[in-house]
Amino acid sequence: MSKQPRNLGTRRRWLAVAGAATAAVVGLTACGSDSGGGSDETISIVGFAVPEAANKAIAAEFNKTDEGKGVRFKTSYGASGDQSRAVEAGLKADYVHLSVATDVDRLVKAGLVDPSWNTGPNKGIVSTSIVVLGVRKGNPKNIKGWDDLIKPGVEVVTANPASSGAARWNALAAWGNITRNGGTEAQATDYLGKLFKNVVSLTNSGRDATTAFLGGTGDVLLAYENEAILAAQNGQGFDYVIPDTTMLIENAGAILKDSTPAAKSWLDFVLSPEGQKQFALKGFRPLNTAAPGTVDLASVGLKASDIKGAADPADPFPAVKHLLTLDTDFGGGDWGAVKDKLFGDGKDGKPVGIVTKAIADSGKASE
Amino acid sequence: MTTPVQEGRPVATRPALLNHNLTASSGIGLGISMLWFSLLVLIPLAAVIATAAAGGWDEFWRTITNEQTSSAIKLTLKAAALVTLVNIVIGTAIAWVLVRDKFWGKGLLELIIDIPFALPTIVAGLVLLSLYGVNSPLGIEVANTGDSVFLAFLFVTLPFIVRMVQPVLEELDEDVEEAAASLGASRVTIFRRIILPSLAPAIAAGAALSFARAVGEYGSLVLLSGNLPFKSEVASVRILSAIENDNRAGAASIATLLLVISLLVIIVLDVVQRRVARRG
Repeated sequence: MSKQPRNLGTRRRWLAVAGAATAAVVGLTACGSDSGGGSDETISIVGFAVPEAANKAIAAEFNKTDEGKGVRFKTSYGASGDQSRAVEAGLKADYVHLSVATDVDRLVKAGLVDPSWNTGPNKGIVSTSIVVLGVRKGNPKNIKGWDDLIKPGVEVVTANPASSGAARWNALAAWGNITRNGGTEAQATDYLGKLFKNVVSLTNSGRDATTAFLGGTGDVLLAYENEAILAAQNGQGFDYVIPDTTMLIENAGAILKDSTPAAKSWLDFVLSPEGQKQFALKGFRPLNTAAPGTVDLASVGLKASDIKGAADPADPFPAVKHLLTLDTDFGGGDWGAVKDKLFGDGKDGKPVGIVTKAIADSGKASE
Repeated sequence: MTTPVQEGRPVATRPALLNHNLTASSGIGLGISMLWFSLLVLIPLAAVIATAAAGGWDEFWRTITNEQTSSAIKLTLKAAALVTLVNIVIGTAIAWVLVRDKFWGKGLLELIIDIPFALPTIVAGLVLLSLYGVNSPLGIEVANTGDSVFLAFLFVTLPFIVRMVQPVLEELDEDVEEAAASLGASRVTIFRRIILPSLAPAIAAGAALSFARAVGEYGSLVLLSGNLPFKSEVASVRILSAIENDNRAGAASIATLLLVISLLVIIVLDVVQRRVARRG
């Protein structure tokens, strides 16, 4: 009796397994798609998800230059931490573009990236943006700045700083808003506690947070200016507010030790006004090593009306009153001063980070 | 090791079974199966457990007893168990309806019951978010609560028991039921003594799949659940957090615990299944 059904069951299971395997193969092939034509060299770009559109535009421009003629690109985009771990584990890359410098440091430790990667005038930074507050159409809750986020009844959506390295910019902005404006660390800790109590959705990536917010969850989305602008360009925009004090987001880029020679000229091109112009068109703030975060569109050959999708079309990248940077406010671009202190997860018996604890406490308090 | 000789029984039975010669083709078949199974399952599983062990017992214990983690594990197991119980009843009922009843649209229902298998989980998550999220058009708002985890599990595990039970039910001889009825057995008795014992192995196998799938589920619930600690955060999200913090041993520890629990559940289901089947 039981013989027959078991066979059928097994067959079904095999079908399911085969189906899953096929889906996985199709998915993988879709990821590693080529772009461009020509014959010379191929540069493998491994990056976090957000700058894909910008990098594509820069690649098209690069192909028009003498150094870039005929260079082909192989690209892979995904969550910053995942991409970094993939390269560490052997994913072929000539150039990495990651959300946080710590994801490049992982590759330095693995011996894949030269330790001097962040010693140039740009300190390893290839693209910049700022943390903004996404709000509902017309800003019905009248959100102006960080203080409004801890008011009762305000629901906040953010990617989870514990599981998404990229979301750590949000937490730094919230923390720095207190410490930069005369508050103590105790007050900043207190603020984070209140903020996470108002969080209704802690997603695992910035993209998921945006999806949840657009799906109707929450009143405020902790977002990045470039994502807000790009979303608007793609017809999925939301209003956003730039708080008086916010954080400069600095995305790291580096070439690997054994990269193809063209990768070096690619990195130079990315950092050139021509490369930064493409970033600006997709919503990033063009690099400004002299005054980080301050935008001079003319320096990259653009005018305000070229940037589509910004909240204020006349001034797409407005000056921020108090702009926090890793260098000036958080002890340097390597995250060393804040990584464990704010985000540590308590492994090896180290104390649990302040943000990690605030997130855990937020759940317990509302039980 | 010698087995004691039992009265009147030839001792040679077991050794003969163990020593029987494989034909060339079945030898190759066994070889390929073992190689395939090892590459895809045994070696990766061993690697996970080895990674967990690398952190040492203290680290393992600290990881899984971390308040936030253990709460996530409890929520996952509770929801998975509940979903499995619901599926045992509803899944069997759906299979029954599909096999025994004739109605308009049956063919269509047959087709779409597999959709949760075929749909990429993140798409499932999006659909669930738009249907049961804030401003739900159906008036059911479960987004960012523990219930959302339960709902997402229900969605992705629905086909398991249906598809396991259905073919068995099709093979079941209705004559036996009629004979039992003509002998005066009530419908309940017929179901309990004749149908259920035959279905038990299929239900148990489906339940095991359903539980195991739920325990590891991530994609379909991640948008809907909000991942709020102590409320709607599941084990797989904790694993992701550990990985993001370069805490591989921690991630593997949680995974190992889930593996062990899933294994135990499968064993328990098998024992129950044998009991029920024997009753027939």
